[in-house]
Parts: sequence; structure tokens; C-alpha cells
Amino acid sequence: MSSQSWTGRARRATLEKFKPEDLLPEEQPAYVASWVYVFGVATIAALVMLIASGLVLTLNGPAWWHTSSVGHYVNSVHLWSVELFFVFMVVHLWGKFWMAAWRGRRLATWITGVVAFMASIMTAFTGYLIQTNFDSQWIASEAKDGFNSMGIGAYFNALNTGQAILLHVSLLPLALGGIVAWHIILVRRKGVVPPIDNDVTIEGSSK
Amino acid sequence: MMKVDPAKKWSGPMRPYDLVKEIVVAIVVIGLLACGLAALFSSPDEKAVTLKSWVTAAPADFAQVATGELAGTTGSAGYGAPYNTAAKGQHFGFIKLQDWAGVRIPINPANSFVVEPLLISNDATAIAAVNTWKAATADQRGKWANAYEGALTKAGDKTTLPDPNNSFGPVPAMIDGLSMMAASGALDGALLTSDSTLPTNFTKPMLFLADSDGYFGALATKQHLGGDQWGVMNETGSWPGQSWLWLFSFWYQIDPFKSSDNADTIIMLIMALLTLALMFLPLLPIIRRIPYKIPVHRLIWRNWYRSPASKQ
Ligand code: HEM
Repeated sequence: MSSQSWTGRARRATLEKFKPEDLLPEEQPAYVASWVYVFGVATIAALVMLIASGLVLTLNGPAWWHTSSVGHYVNSVHLWSVELFFVFMVVHLWGKFWMAAWRGRRLATWITGVVAFMASIMTAFTGYLIQTNFDSQWIASEAKDGFNSMGIGAYFNALNTGQAILLHVSLLPLALGGIVAWHIILVRRKGVVPPIDNDVTIEGSSK
Repeated sequence: MMKVDPAKKWSGPMRPYDLVKEIVVAIVVIGLLACGLAALFSSPDEKAVTLKSWVTAAPADFAQVATGELAGTTGSAGYGAPYNTAAKGQHFGFIKLQDWAGVRIPINPANSFVVEPLLISNDATAIAAVNTWKAATADQRGKWANAYEGALTKAGDKTTLPDPNNSFGPVPAMIDGLSMMAASGALDGALLTSDSTLPTNFTKPMLFLADSDGYFGALATKQHLGGDQWGVMNETGSWPGQSWLWLFSFWYQIDPFKSSDNADTIIMLIMALLTLALMFLPLLPIIRRIPYKIPVHRLIWRNWYRSPASKQ
């Protein structure tokens, strides 16, 4: 019955690929026992803080934090969440590199991770552009030369604050959220990569 | 050692693991950490500058740069794409992305920053001067503006100069008028609203402001934000900035990039290439084997490797 309908195909391509206990399992392989595994989750937690503090800033408009002490504090939370977010992400990236965590058909997990990294950099950059203070003016005037030199300066105009605001609060966070969700679904789908010394595909991996 | 295919589902021993508890605890701990850091270290907020604050703080610099816009000697007057055709723009070998993209945000600094704003002012003297300017040949205008720019630069901190030899034409009156307009704040408004009455686009006033090394550039250097001061990743004061841009910033500190006219293009292309390399790192020969050769993984999985289960 369900054979050729688009709806049936969509279900088979998505929902039926996952068993509930794969998405939210209560057990992990015994080797998932290292502080390195904490950094992916820590990155998500910092992202949650970023979105929460960013929403408060958004609801009050871009100039609020210059005049309100509450606003300035929320801006500080937003800034420190960004710093933590990147520290955690970079440790996570190096961890996954030393674990060669792309083994066993996990290339897409690695690539979505790198795309998340790039999307984060662009999101942070547009955030710096919309501080509406001296730092944002200076960054915009320097960055425009970089974009212009690549022929994209008219489409992404660092001096156009309105454009930067819209990119930072809508398009880029949505894209980042989507790519992170994809990244995590891939991890759950494939399961956590086994240790290198137990990998039958690597010669001389055990002593 | 037990050997498994990493592409297959793990069939070895398991341990209890509470994912939901882990993420909830992480959000609470990191939330507290972020709130604590924010309370301890706050965040920087150096006030934005305007054409008004520029002419107030450095009137002679303003007069020189404004005259430079008329003479065509400033950064934006000689920029090229996407603003004008004054230069070919940056390139890397035959790759001329800037030039190929063409003029998309047309800006003629002499007209946009000086002539047009003065025409909407109430300053009869300045408007008369602008009309003289407009009636003159391009050659004549260039002579006036260059002569006055040279004289102002020589005079150092003078904001206006007499014209004993009759060589400056209407330029001093135009620059005096523009300085007055800027001091009142009207010039900021005029440049901002020239395209839209409810503006969110600061391209024109920012391009004009950025032509000033003496004020705008000097403020940035004081805050260690210059391009040769790792400025791309720094923040005003002593706060951490976009430190993740360190590699991007790094190239601007060294030759041959530091002294290249095409530094931006070359560095952007290098970074694009390195990004692709990172993305496809698992496919790169040699590099993808580094984690096998330098066994940091023994440290990461040391408890597991030590456990009897890993050896079965
Ligand atoms: C917004 C940024 C990111 C978030 C929120 C994130 C989150 C996560 C989480 C929660 C996991 C599972 C737990 C763990 O192994 O730590 C994971 C796994 C993984 N991440 Fe990321 N990640 C991000 C960026 C990256 C980057 C930049 C890379 C590498 C270039 C990367 C590569 C991987 C890989 C290969 C795995 C699979 C690990 C395995 O199977 O053991 N991720 N990520």
C-alpha cells in the first residue's frame, strides 16, 4: 500500500531508519568512557546558552545593551558563551582527529562537523559586525576589503549593518542549528566509532 | 586485542549511559560558567564614532581627507570594484575576482561625500562654491583639489587656509561648508539617508570615515586592532576576540603577504583551500594516518585498552 507514495518514501527515508532506542539509547559501548566525549555535548550546551542569551538581546533590539545594565550583562553572557562554545568545539575537533573518528563510513559526520565549524565562524563574525560600537565599525571596514577582493563584497556587504543583523539572527543560526542536528543524528545513527586498536581495518594497530 | 569492523554495529560489551542526564547537567554547569564569567569579566563596548565625532576630535584630518575625496587620492576614491572603476582591484595571477564582479555599489566619493551633501545644505556660500566646482573642467577641479590638499598636508593641523595665489578655486569654501555640516551632525544624516529614508546601511558614511588614517585608523591602532597587529582576531580593550581566526590573521603578519597589494585575495584563497583540506582531511594521504602513528588515542581510550574486555 505504502509502496510508491511520496509520503511512504519520506517515512522510510527518515523515521524508519531509526529505532527509538538508537536515538535515545540507555547504553553505550564500553569504550565510551573518556573525558573527550564530553566536549561534543559541552559544545551543544554552550550553543543552548548562546541561543538563550541571543534571544533576550534580539527581543530588545540591537541598541538596547548600550544603555541598559541588564542588557550589558546579557551581552556579556552572550560573549562568554561564544568563547566557551569555540573552546569546546576546537577541543572536540582535535579529539575526533586523534580518534580518527571518521573511520567506518563516518566521513559525513566529520564533514557536517567542519560545516558546523564554518557556519559558527560566520555566525560569530556577523555577531561582531552588529555590536553597533567602535569594534564593529572597525571590523566592518577591514572585512569589506577581504570580501571585495573575492568579488562577493556587494552581496555580503560588511558595511550594511541591516544585512548583518538579519543574517546573524535568522539565516545563520537556523543553518547552524540544522547542520548541528544533522551531525548529531549521524552520530546516533552510526553509533560511536570503536577504538583504533580494535579496528580490524588498520594494519598493525595492536601490539 | 579484539578486532571489529568499525562500519558495523558494535556487538561487544556495553555500559549504562544516560544521554539526557548528561546534556541537562552540561547545560546547567556551562550556563553557570557563562553567567559567572560574564559577571566577573563583563564585555567591552567602545562607543561608535561618527563623522561628527571625527570632525570634532580631528578637524584638520577631516579637512585633509575631504579634500582628498575631491582630489581622488583617498582609499575609497581609488578603490575599484565594487564601488568604482578607479582601480583594477586585487588579483591572484589571472584570477581577478574583484574586477570580474564589477561595480555593484556605485560610489563616486567626490560627488557622494562632498558635492551632493553640500547641495542639500542651507549654506549659500558652500552652494555657490559647489556650482563653481561643477561648472569647471575635470582637469581644473583636479588642479584645485590637489593644490589645496598639498597645502593642507603641509600646514599640518590647519583646518582652512587662505588662497593668496588663487590656486584653490572653490575648494576651501566647499571644505569649510562640509566641516560645518559634519560638526552639526547633518553630514552623518545626509550620507546615511541618501539612498533610503529609513537607513540600515552604513556603506557611505563608513567608507568616508575609513579613509581617515589620522582619526579612525589611529583609534584602531590604539586599541591594537590594526591588520598588522593581529587585528582581525582582537577585540577592543583586553577582551578575547575572534581567536578562532588566528590562522587567517597569521598570514597578514608575515611576508610575502604582509607587503603584498593582493594580500586579501591571496589569503582568502589560501583559507578557502585549507578549509577544503580540513573538510576532506579523512581522505588525505599521510595526514589521515597521523592519528595511527602518533597514538594519542592510547591516552583517550586508556581505561578501555587496559580493561580485559578489550582483549577478548
Ligand atoms: C557546533 C559544533 C559541533 C557540535 C555541537 C558537535 C556535537 C557532537 C556530539 C554531541 C557528538 C557525539 C559525542 C561526542 O563524540 O563528542 C559529536 C560527534 C562527532 N563530531 Fe561533532 N560537533 C560539532 C562540531 C564538530 C567538528 C568541527 C568536527 C570535526 C571536524 C566534528 C566531528 C565529529 C565526529 C567525527 C563525531 C563522531 C564521533 C564518534 O563516532 O565517536 N564535530 N559531535
